Amino acid sequence: MNRKTLAMLGVLALLGLLLLAACSKKNTSEEQSSSPTSESQPPTASTPIDPSTAATVSGTAKFDGTAPKPPKIDMSQDPACKGDNTAETVVVKDGDLANVFVYVKDGLGNRSFDVPKDSVVLDQKGCRYHPHVLAVMAGQNVEIKNDDPTTHNIHPTPKDNREWNESQPPSAAPLQKTFAREEIMLPVKCNQHPWMKMYVNVVKSPFYAVTGPDGKYEIKGLPPGDYTLAFVHEKLGEQDQKVTVAPKDSKTVDTTFKAGGM
Amino acid sequence: MIRTSGVGLRHGPLQSFRKIRESDSQLSHAGRRTKELFLKALATPYNRAHHVFAVFTAGATFLLIIAGALVTSNDAGLSVPDWPTTFGSLTKMPHMVGGVKFEHGHRMVAEFVGVLTIILAIWTWRVERRRWLRLLAVAGVGTVIAQGILGGITVLHMLPPAISTAHAALAQTFFCIAVLIALFTGRRWIEEQPRIEFDTRSPSLITLTWLSVFVLYVQLILGAMFRHHGIGWVPHVLHAAVVAFVLSWTAVRALSQFSHVDEVRTPAVTMLSLMIVQLCLGFTAFLTRVAWGHGAVQPELPMVISTVAHVAVGALLLATAIVLAVQVWRHVPVAFEEEVPTVERKAVAA
Repeated sequence: MNRKTLAMLGVLALLGLLLLAACSKKNTSEEQSSSPTSESQPPTASTPIDPSTAATVSGTAKFDGTAPKPPKIDMSQDPACKGDNTAETVVVKDGDLANVFVYVKDGLGNRSFDVPKDSVVLDQKGCRYHPHVLAVMAGQNVEIKNDDPTTHNIHPTPKDNREWNESQPPSAAPLQKTFAREEIMLPVKCNQHPWMKMYVNVVKSPFYAVTGPDGKYEIKGLPPGDYTLAFVHEKLGEQDQKVTVAPKDSKTVDTTFKAGGM
Repeated sequence: MIRTSGVGLRHGPLQSFRKIRESDSQLSHAGRRTKELFLKALATPYNRAHHVFAVFTAGATFLLIIAGALVTSNDAGLSVPDWPTTFGSLTKMPHMVGGVKFEHGHRMVAEFVGVLTIILAIWTWRVERRRWLRLLAVAGVGTVIAQGILGGITVLHMLPPAISTAHAALAQTFFCIAVLIALFTGRRWIEEQPRIEFDTRSPSLITLTWLSVFVLYVQLILGAMFRHHGIGWVPHVLHAAVVAFVLSWTAVRALSQFSHVDEVRTPAVTMLSLMIVQLCLGFTAFLTRVAWGHGAVQPELPMVISTVAHVAVGALLLATAIVLAVQVWRHVPVAFEEEVPTVERKAVAA
């Protein structure tokens, strides 16, 4: 074996090592992110809340300014996609803002809560996700259905949870998935239909809601206390508000997102 | 010691020719004739079919680069989540809609190019007498295999920027190999007597051409890292100025000194033209993707066209720079002064 051959082998080995290093780095981070730290922790007993003192917070998310015209979606890539062809990035009707995730960001202390046994459904219909913004508790089951006559792939791109990518042909059985860690506005997309985007919000408490088309939300069963309420929109960002609720209180907390926040 | 007024060669094929010429004077006529026949037997004859096939493979590789760029621009890289199978099958054709038509189409073109490369390597091994060219063809097969594996890894690991960038860079490396094989199997390369022009300036043109290849390769990596979300756009845009400067310097030097050498002039003019087109495309791609296309609900046609064209012209530019470097190596050797011991010189004169 001459020098040139040895040098060539050396370069190849170096490239291989670099490749391996890059792969192993990714693997490590994946392993870390997929290791269910929070899942493997022994479940702590949930803190009971006295229903007789539970309070309610409700309100409306408003949009101040001229609402942007919803961008058109071009679904011509797939003839099976026949649905509403406008994007749901900013949905405003009469100044009311839909798809705002509202949750108790701070004030619950070390309380723990039971994970609901009911599944939350995410449907793919008309080559769109329903709902556009979903909220679940960490560890709660998400049932993903495909009601379209075409194949979709569901691909969450989280920061703190495990990334996965699975295809789902028409009439396939629903996928059952959970998200282990708290994460706000976790993007989910379909790489087959690039306009299909939605957001999953994963929280540890049951005190959350998503504003409807009328901009309204309601969070029930809050124990009395001082809280920070966060309003998060995929495009307009986050707004926090302090609220204090007394036993059996019913408070209204509204928020307004300005057009300049886009 | 004295300095001769003649020139020597630091590189290039002329070194071997000079040795032959020097030794020729010591041979008889019959010996020279025997040597000529021997050299003729050693030389690879031009094989038109082989050359056409090499050109076809390079062309197919260029289409493969366009197909790959379409996958990235349409954000379709993960529309088929599995590899090497497609939706669990190696043979079944999926429904070619949405992102699948880009991703699976890319895989089909890649398989076709893989087959072409293997055929080209076997053919080259059988007909080619130049050992280094046979090895280059085999290296092409190795590159294609590595490229396929990188493509698979990037899908299975959900497009990590480092792997996707390596996949993009290796694609253009393979394209350059295919272009070089097409060049080396061409009639002009095989049959022409290289026209030699000495380069006495510093830095030498050969240095500038390899510097051009280097800055282009760095730019390719920076661009791929930006496209695959590994870095922002700033390093790629800033380095474009470096590329423009180095390539312009190289082309101007080549054209001002050696424009009468066809083999140097043509790639130099092509490189300069492609560089101007590439800068315009880069600006358009920046507008459609970064300035206007930021936050678009789906990949928009102007963004797809401009970014794919930017990748394709970038590949052509890199290949042209390598062709220029090789032609300069062949036709424009660096001249240098030879130091000859005075005593020896006197002895020869006596």
